[in-house]
Amino acid sequence: MKKPKVLIFSGYGLNSEVETKFAFDVAGGNAEIVHINDLISKKKKLSDYQIFAIPGGFAYGDDTGAGNGYANRLRNHLWKDITQFIKDGKLIIGICNGFQVLVNLGLLPALNLKYGERELGLMPNEIPRYTVRFVDLKTENNISPWLKDIKSLTIPVSNGEGKLYATEKTLKQIKKNNLVAFRYYKGKMCEYLNLPASPNGSIDDIAGVNDETGRVLGLMPHPERAMFFTQLPNWPYLKEEYLRTGKKLPEFGPGLQIFKNGVNYFK
Amino acid sequence: MINRVEIFTTVFDSRAELRKRNKKIKFITLIDVYTIEKNLTQTELEKIGSLVSNPVTQKYYVNKKDSKLFINNKFDWAIEIGFLPGVTDNVSHTVKQIIEDQFNIKFLGNEGVYSSQVTLISGKLNKDEIQKIADSLYNPLIQHTYLKNYKQYVRDHGMGFAVPRIKLIKEPTVSKVDLKVTDDELTKIGKSGITNPDGSKRGPLALDIDYLKTIRNYFKSKKRDPNDIEVESLAQTWSEHCKHTIFANPIDEVKDGLFKHYIKRATKEINKKFCVSVFNDNSGAITFDKKYLITHKVETHNSPSALDPFGGAVTGIVGVNRDTLGFGLGARPVANYYGFCLADPRIDKKLYKGKGSTQPMLSSKRIMNGVIDGVNAGGNQSGIPTPQGFLNFDERFRGKPLVFVGTIGLIPKKIGGKLSHVKKAQLGDYVVMLGGRVGKDGIHGATFSSEAMDSGSPSTAVQIGDPITQKKLSDAIVKEARDMLLYNSITDNGAGGLSCSVSEMAKESGGVIVTLEKVPLKYPGLEPWEIWISESQERMTLSVPKEKWNKFKSLMDSREVEATIIGKFTDSGKCLVSHNGKIIMDIDMDFLHDGLPTKFLTTTYNPIKHEELNIPQEKNLNQTLLKILSRLNITSFSFISQQYDYVVQANSVLPPLQGRGRVNAETSAIRPNLNSQKGVVMSQGLYPSYSDIDTYHMAASSIDTAIRNAVAAGADPNYLAILDNFCWCSADDPERLGALKRAAQACYDYAVSYGTPFISGKDSMFNDFNGYDEKGKPISISIPPTLLISSIGVIKDINKVVSLDLKKANDLIYILGETKDELGASEYFAMQGEKVGKKYIGNKVPKVDAKKNKKLYDLFFKAVQSDLISSSISIGRGGIAVALAKTTIGGKLGIQVDLKHIPGNVSRDDYILYSESQGRILVSIDPKNKNKFENNFKNVTYGLVGKVTKNQVFEVIGLENKKIINLKVDEIEKAYKSTFKDY
Repeated sequence: MKKPKVLIFSGYGLNSEVETKFAFDVAGGNAEIVHINDLISKKKKLSDYQIFAIPGGFAYGDDTGAGNGYANRLRNHLWKDITQFIKDGKLIIGICNGFQVLVNLGLLPALNLKYGERELGLMPNEIPRYTVRFVDLKTENNISPWLKDIKSLTIPVSNGEGKLYATEKTLKQIKKNNLVAFRYYKGKMCEYLNLPASPNGSIDDIAGVNDETGRVLGLMPHPERAMFFTQLPNWPYLKEEYLRTGKKLPEFGPGLQIFKNGVNYFK
Repeated sequence: MINRVEIFTTVFDSRAELRKRNKKIKFITLIDVYTIEKNLTQTELEKIGSLVSNPVTQKYYVNKKDSKLFINNKFDWAIEIGFLPGVTDNVSHTVKQIIEDQFNIKFLGNEGVYSSQVTLISGKLNKDEIQKIADSLYNPLIQHTYLKNYKQYVRDHGMGFAVPRIKLIKEPTVSKVDLKVTDDELTKIGKSGITNPDGSKRGPLALDIDYLKTIRNYFKSKKRDPNDIEVESLAQTWSEHCKHTIFANPIDEVKDGLFKHYIKRATKEINKKFCVSVFNDNSGAITFDKKYLITHKVETHNSPSALDPFGGAVTGIVGVNRDTLGFGLGARPVANYYGFCLADPRIDKKLYKGKGSTQPMLSSKRIMNGVIDGVNAGGNQSGIPTPQGFLNFDERFRGKPLVFVGTIGLIPKKIGGKLSHVKKAQLGDYVVMLGGRVGKDGIHGATFSSEAMDSGSPSTAVQIGDPITQKKLSDAIVKEARDMLLYNSITDNGAGGLSCSVSEMAKESGGVIVTLEKVPLKYPGLEPWEIWISESQERMTLSVPKEKWNKFKSLMDSREVEATIIGKFTDSGKCLVSHNGKIIMDIDMDFLHDGLPTKFLTTTYNPIKHEELNIPQEKNLNQTLLKILSRLNITSFSFISQQYDYVVQANSVLPPLQGRGRVNAETSAIRPNLNSQKGVVMSQGLYPSYSDIDTYHMAASSIDTAIRNAVAAGADPNYLAILDNFCWCSADDPERLGALKRAAQACYDYAVSYGTPFISGKDSMFNDFNGYDEKGKPISISIPPTLLISSIGVIKDINKVVSLDLKKANDLIYILGETKDELGASEYFAMQGEKVGKKYIGNKVPKVDAKKNKKLYDLFFKAVQSDLISSSISIGRGGIAVALAKTTIGGKLGIQVDLKHIPGNVSRDDYILYSESQGRILVSIDPKNKNKFENNFKNVTYGLVGKVTKNQVFEVIGLENKKIINLKVDEIEKAYKSTFKDY
């Protein structure tokens, strides 16, 4: 089976493309970093890929709202290619800044499969400051292929505008249609770090959302920043446990599973 | 036509909530405003409104003249804050791009976008109170503010439609400078600058009379008067900032100067194979593995940060990022690093630069918040992790804070078969300016505070920094153009702007000619000399071969990075600058770079003797511990660590906050290349207070600490390099120079004894403040002489690093190294002195025995490699007591420790606990490794001092066999986190 081709967007201040590519490659994909302008100038074609990812970053410096500038550029130049991509049954993931882009682009949650309308807001955190910490996520969703076999996940958030907002009506529909991909909850890592479940005051503790096909996923936390064991904040502690019980240290961390799910969808 | 698009957030806005500090404020709301000067239709404007807002959470208004729509209740006050003309306005830049992209149009001439923010406040506040709130929100050096009450707002139909467009209508001119004047007048020119046609002065050249006479003689031999641009250019190139004259010139018997004699010579004699490029590029570089080099550079940005802390710190961090991009053919930044030396933010001591309470300095709190925010913006937006940093507090940093910023980079050893650290501009190459445009930013940066500023004049000296413009440039270089070998040389545009970067690179080919009118400007009307020396940010200078220009240019165009040919490299031996066809600068390269006269510096040295302290033995050691943990120099600053992204690039290994208790660590580790198991360990050491006793031991302790911190986390003591950052004060005073010489001597002695080479360094020699206190009395504040030593090491296996937190109950606790009666200038003395309103210093400053320590560190590394160490923490400020506290908070476990087993000869409990003797490490180990561990360390001093307990109690037995500390770990954690808990 040929490795599925993954396009990782770059440019204008996105900044996590290198490690996101790394994660997809480790997961068994064939990932390539492509500058948005190379798609606009038709040097590259979106239709040549099975997955596209918008990675984390600070596109346009978060000015006029995180993700807004990049979303405008995508809408102005690549809208048709993107909707075709969805129609073709392919996969899309937006991580952190990428999630903010997908929301501003109206790809999420796209209620009733109506793509293009903004229905969510990602606002400054409850304490309006950039926040980096590990969180515990749980998922009860069985729609999205991205979430296959994932019950819970421990990965970091790292953002200034991660507080999800939706009107009551939208929220109701999101819940009804099973579009909540991840919720923050007080799991083992929160306990270890003695931190509350939610890092930002997100509505209903929502950390990630998928569309109704399940093939478009967006999440604030960064799975690629917990793809190695040594990225976990408690790994030096776990290492002592492994050493004392004569076990080998694991190489990878929990975040990798999302990328594997994406790649395996095409296998 | 001026249009105003206003964005109003309709749901709970945490940004607004943050401003509700004054209890009288009942309601507060923020409106983001984009003022657009361009003819646009109502439909277009409506479209723009929808593009720059989110309909779910916001509403937009176009040219609204009605106050009612914003909020249901009427508000009482409106404050609008916008930028002064010419100040970098990043948000407006984005909005402009969004508009251009949407309508496929361009902004021309006077057209533009300007961002501002309106704060609407309701509450019973009088004018003074509202003015106070406004003052807390803006910095008059870069912003203006408008205040209106509700009535005025309604009467005026809103805030108004003004734009801070820059108005410069002067025709660019080049004037002659007459240096054939009396010595007095020559001195004046050096101090206050060249005279403008209107009689005003351009600001200091910082050239003393000897330098100006040398310049006069040079032009006499050329039989002409110099042009202004020539004098300004020489002033930049010969400045202390660029030439480091104090470190370069002969000093007493040291004929080759402090730098060559003590710093460079040490590195040469140590002769480590891993040193690849030291002291001759924008960063220093060591071998990472067979394929890569690791670079490191640490800078300071002190003066700019004193005046505009946010802008100063942003430009500091993105500036040092360019020292990475400008290393060799361009290294990729993989980690940022920071250090702030500040005054107590809780004290509001007013200071003024001008007589009669004019030109107030920002408060200590504003400076602290500003520099923290600046590194946040610069580092986070650039996508570079910031795992390591420190804070240091002393009231002598009130006049000038020290803002250290550093960047570690990664670069392949070879690119396309060529050694990447070797670069050379070739004859005939184009001089290319890349990135941002040139404005009046940073002209005579160091001196602008003396200029009066009014709201109409362009803001010249303050720089804000635009991380995203630089990010685009950075990506285009290190992720694309570099590996296509599209240029021969690259360097940063930092201090002195083009005048320094171009003439420096011209050394590689032997000359240059620059066509100055080709330089893209932010706005018209700059004088040629201004274009040449402007320090506008986000620019690099490159040499691009003719045949590669088209490819280079089209790549940069496609990444929206502006690239412009501004000249050509020659071998004429001259630095030539032309403007509109006329040569306006013609100076021999030799003179420009090496023409400055040698100065012979002399020093004096009088040992300092303080009162010998015999303070009463502290009785309540419980309270003492809690108190010292809450002190500014010890307390947790996790609020900073967790707002600086350290997980981006997925390279985090040892994070800034460690263990369950999230304790600030002195050492971090990263994995810069995800394909490799190798890691980089980074740390630092600095002890400004020790300079109160002896700068020699201050420097020695800084070096030992920087090395030991890294070793304690698992670094190989034989694969470490260090960087020096000297921040001195009144460096023209022979006594201060004497202190400097002693510190430099220690640098040589200890680097050589440890076998740890210097690879890069920087100095900042005049960190003094002269102004007025709150009563209007003249006051001078000089910083304590400070030497920051930063360490960087390469390790083979990232799995073999050690964190500081205790791991398991029943583990054994050891102290390695000897504890002596060395509390001179310690945190404990400072604290006990403050208790009785005195300054306790003492004389017994820690002294470093490098030979003994090196042996210990080598054995320590062996123990780490054999997995014998479960936790380790280097003992530093606050001594054993603080180290024990941090390791227990980290592990949320208790300890039982007996002071009788601590190696050393100190006879007081409090002195044992708080001595700052160097060369010590506190560790815990798995009890089953006891024999192996003790065998490993059998030839050095160590003591088994206690064990880890499950019960969360911190228990210390004193010399007289009594329990002298008995605290719950929770109490200790609370004290440690108390000081900045509301930050």
